[in-house]
Order: sequence, then C-alpha cells, then structure tokens
Amino acid sequence: MTFFSELAFLAAVPVAAAAGLTGYFLALRGQVFTADALGHTAYTGAFAALLAGIDLRAGLFAATVSAAVLMGVLGRRGQPDDVVVGSLFAWILGLGAFFQAIYTSGESTGRGNAGVAVLFGSIFGVSAAHAWVAAIISIVISLAVLLIARPLLFASFDEATAAAKGVPVRLVGLGFLALVGACAAEAAQVVGALLLLGLLAAPGGAARLLTIRPYHGLALAAGLAIGEVSAGLALSLAVPTIPPSFAIMAVAALVYAGAATFHAARLRDRWRLKAGSRELITRQHAATPGQGPGADGY
Amino acid sequence: MMASGNPWPSWNLLDDFREMWSFPFMVNAFRAGTLVAVTAGVIGWFVVTRKQSFAAHTLAMVSFPGAAAAVLVGVSAVYGYFVFCVGAALVLATLPFALAGESEGQSAATGTVQAFLLACGYLFVALYHGVLSGLNALLFGTFLGVTSQQVAILAAASLVVLVTLAAVGRPLLFASLDPAVAAARGIPANVLSVLFLVLLGTATAEASQITGVLLVFALLVMPAAAAQQVTARPSLAIALAVIIAFAVTWIGLGVAFYLPYPSGFFITTLAFCCYVVARGFRAVRGTRRAPAVSRLLGALR
Repeated sequence: MTFFSELAFLAAVPVAAAAGLTGYFLALRGQVFTADALGHTAYTGAFAALLAGIDLRAGLFAATVSAAVLMGVLGRRGQPDDVVVGSLFAWILGLGAFFQAIYTSGESTGRGNAGVAVLFGSIFGVSAAHAWVAAIISIVISLAVLLIARPLLFASFDEATAAAKGVPVRLVGLGFLALVGACAAEAAQVVGALLLLGLLAAPGGAARLLTIRPYHGLALAAGLAIGEVSAGLALSLAVPTIPPSFAIMAVAALVYAGAATFHAARLRDRWRLKAGSRELITRQHAATPGQGPGADGY
Repeated sequence: MMASGNPWPSWNLLDDFREMWSFPFMVNAFRAGTLVAVTAGVIGWFVVTRKQSFAAHTLAMVSFPGAAAAVLVGVSAVYGYFVFCVGAALVLATLPFALAGESEGQSAATGTVQAFLLACGYLFVALYHGVLSGLNALLFGTFLGVTSQQVAILAAASLVVLVTLAAVGRPLLFASLDPAVAAARGIPANVLSVLFLVLLGTATAEASQITGVLLVFALLVMPAAAAQQVTARPSLAIALAVIIAFAVTWIGLGVAFYLPYPSGFFITTLAFCCYVVARGFRAVRGTRRAPAVSRLLGALR
C-alpha cells in the first residue's frame, strides 16, 4: 500500500461513517431527494470557489450547508417539498454550469478536467493535510448526529407526539439538514458531487431494510458505509482501470440489492406464515360451524 | 462556443431569427427544442401531480450512462438514451413491488439506482479515453450538432408519448388524484403507473438531449410546477406548462446563440424565474386550489 492510498483510507473511512449515520436518518425521514439536491449544490459551490479563487472546500461547505438550511426553511416543518427542492437545485446546477463555463474558458488545459474531479471525485489525489481535515470534520459530524439522535428519532417516527412532548421538532430538523449539508460537502471530496447521493442513500436504506430497531440500524448503516467504502477503495487499488468512485458505488449498490432481497424474502415468509395460520383458523371453524368469529371469510 | 466569434443581436427580432435560421444547426436546435418542450410540458404536469419528481430526475440522470455506453460501444448516443431511460423506468416500476410496505425505503432505492448508474456512466467514460471533452456537453446540454435524423427520432418519440398519454390520460389522471377510489372503480392503477414511468423515461431521454442530463428538470418539472401554481384545472395547466416550456426553450436557445455560455444555464434560469413568479402570483392571489380539485374529482367519478 502506498502513501497516497493510506491517505485515501484515512480521509474516506470517517467520511463513510458520517455518511452512513446521516444517510440512515435520510432514509428514515424520506429525505433522500434532499441529499441529491445537496450533491448538486456542492458542484456549484465548488466552482464558485474556484472562480473566486478561494479554497474549494470553503465553497463546498458554504453552498451545501446554506442550501440545506434554505430547503428546510422553505419546506413545511423542516421537511422540504419535492418540487421546491427540485426546482431550486436544477437552477443551482444551471448556475454551476455557468460558473464552470467561465472557469474553463480562461485556460484550455488543466482546468478542463476540474469538472470531472468535482463531479466524480478524486480520492487518490488527496493531500495529507486535506485527509486529516476531512477525517476530523467527519468525526465531528458523526458525533453531532449521535448527539441529536434521540430527539431526531422521536421527531422522525412521530412528529406530533414529539412536538407535544417539548422536542423542538423544527430546530432538530433544521440542525439535521445542516449536518447533512456538511456531510455532503465531505462526501463530495471522496466520491464526487454526483455520486455522494449513493454514499448517503445506499447504506442507510440497506440498514432500514435489514432491521427495524433504530439504534441497531444506525450502527449497521455506519458499519455498512465503512465496509463499502473500504472494499471499493481496495478493489480500485487492485484493479487500477476501475475508478474508485465507481468501485465504491458498485459495492454499495450490490449490498443494497442484497438487503432488498433479504427484506423481500422475509416479507414473503411472514405473509406465508400469516396465510397459513389464517387457513388453519378457517379450517378449525369449518370443522365446528357457527362457533367463534372469522368463519365467514376471515 | 461559436467558432467564428460571437454574433451580436440587432434587436430586431425578425432579423435576428432570420440570421439564426441561416445556420442549419440552429434550425434543427429550434425544431428539437420545440418537440421536447411540448412533450415535457404535458408529461411534466403528470409528474408534478403524481409527485414523482425524484423518479423523473433519476431517469434523467440515467441518460448519462446511456449516452456514455452508446459511445463506448460505437453506436449513436440517441439509442443509448432511449434504451437506458426506458430500462431504468422498468427497474423503478418494480421497486414498489420489491419493497412492499416501505414507502420511505423507495426513495433510498431510487437514490441507490441513480448513483450506481451515474457511477457506471463515469466508468464508461473512464474506459473510453478521449470522450472527456464531450462530457460537459452530455451533462449540461448543447444545441450544436443536433442532426436532422435526431430531430426525426425525437418527433417519432414525442408522437408516441403524446398519443399514449391522450389515450390513457383520463384514467391516469383519476388514479393520480385519488388512487383508492380509482382502484375501487376497476382502474388498473399498477399497470398505469408502470406505463407512465415508461413514457416518462422516453420523455426524459428526449429532453436530456437538449438540456443536458443534469438540467432536464428545467423543462420537465419547473414549467408544470409553475402552471400548477397558477391554475388547478388540468387542461389549462397543461397548456400553460407547454407554453412556458416552449417560451423558455426558444428564448434560452436564442440567448445561447449570442453568448458563449451553455444553453442549459439560460433555460434553467428562465424556467426558475417562471416558477418563482408563479409562486408569487399564487401567494398574492391566495389559494383557491382545493375547491377546483374536488370539483375535478367529482367530474371524474
């Protein structure tokens, strides 16, 4: 393993943990589309920063966190509306294309590939300082998500009761969206602005399918994300023609498909069990007619 | 973007259009843009009504790996767009059956499908060395180089989508607005939603060739969303959505002819302005949507 791949793991594993934790809540709250929008915002933020000549990461964070909070404010009760989200991010993306056109029109070489790096990530090109900063920020995001996990779970499962019990539902929702924004900015550096959606959606969604217990789900989502990112990076190191972003997404999609199959099989079993016991009850009632409920077509 | 320096508008619309249309590629761009705008406006209304904008966005994204795969294999990108979009529509259509009882899970599944296919597109681009210069055109749209053959294919696809929508429009509308009652009336809602996703896949495959993969939303969802803010009557809203999409495309193409920036940027900005204005209009006029919808449902029953 070379120095650069060690740095890649150092940056990517904490980011994966943060993405898994926030992704679990995104899947739970049905806000995956918001994460998608944040990925697109990351692209525009990165090019705005490049154009302004400031650090790319500053642009990423400013764009994603402010977009996340804005979408939360625009939507009802901190839950953004699909059409609002979609219209806003489509326009932001158009703006990003505009920035990119200005940025790349200045010089013909070198800058032309900036778009590819921003959109699809360049984890193997990360420097030591960037890797450490990414790791520290991701650990902070993970701790913050765990800190608000309890009220956030309550608010996600039963918003009305949570509000009645004094949980600041709107504030928790907005805080969560801000964390998602920060996480998206980090993930954009690993897998790119377009693919960070997969890192947020796949492990969280798979964990939701595998267990209904929330804390197990959270741990599972983080574990799956770390495993998927590590496996993807290892695969890409072993077979250099495969870009790391693709390898990570392929592993993540495979794990999700496995979880969906498991979920479907379990549902089928449960349904069969129910159908079987129903049949048994019907038969019993048929044997002793007129006794008990359910004999007529239960 | 123009090879021979940028032309400058004379501010006489007739002269300007005559100048633009002296270039065959601009004529084709306007033809293709018109076809796409009409189809996207009509189907966009159903997308907004059925709240399927995430699915629409995902299908649009899928056209990127489609085009990249077609280039890698060595066939025209048009086939890649249609094959991948319709294929992904069928995959998305099976998700509700695969994830029964998990309504939130569907968005995670849709997101996973989208990210995976985008990653595939990136892999195809990486495998095919040299297409990288065309990547931006693929993602953000270009009106340069729309061929007459492409226009013919777009026309055929638009015709199929619009005729099918006209045939199933009424039951689809019913199933979109009130699925439970529609199902009770014997309307095959499952079949309709699969059919609708396939039509949507076809329409996004068309639109992404003009606006670019990433900006399909500008033609597919924004005009329809703006129209819905103004009126709840379907016929009026669909007509308005078509008009907005059409105007936005024509103005966007016209501006992009004179300025060296991607046409997608102008189209999205104009469409977004329409949406913001429509929301402002609704906020000023107050909401009168509910009675119109219940009247409509009464008529359908």
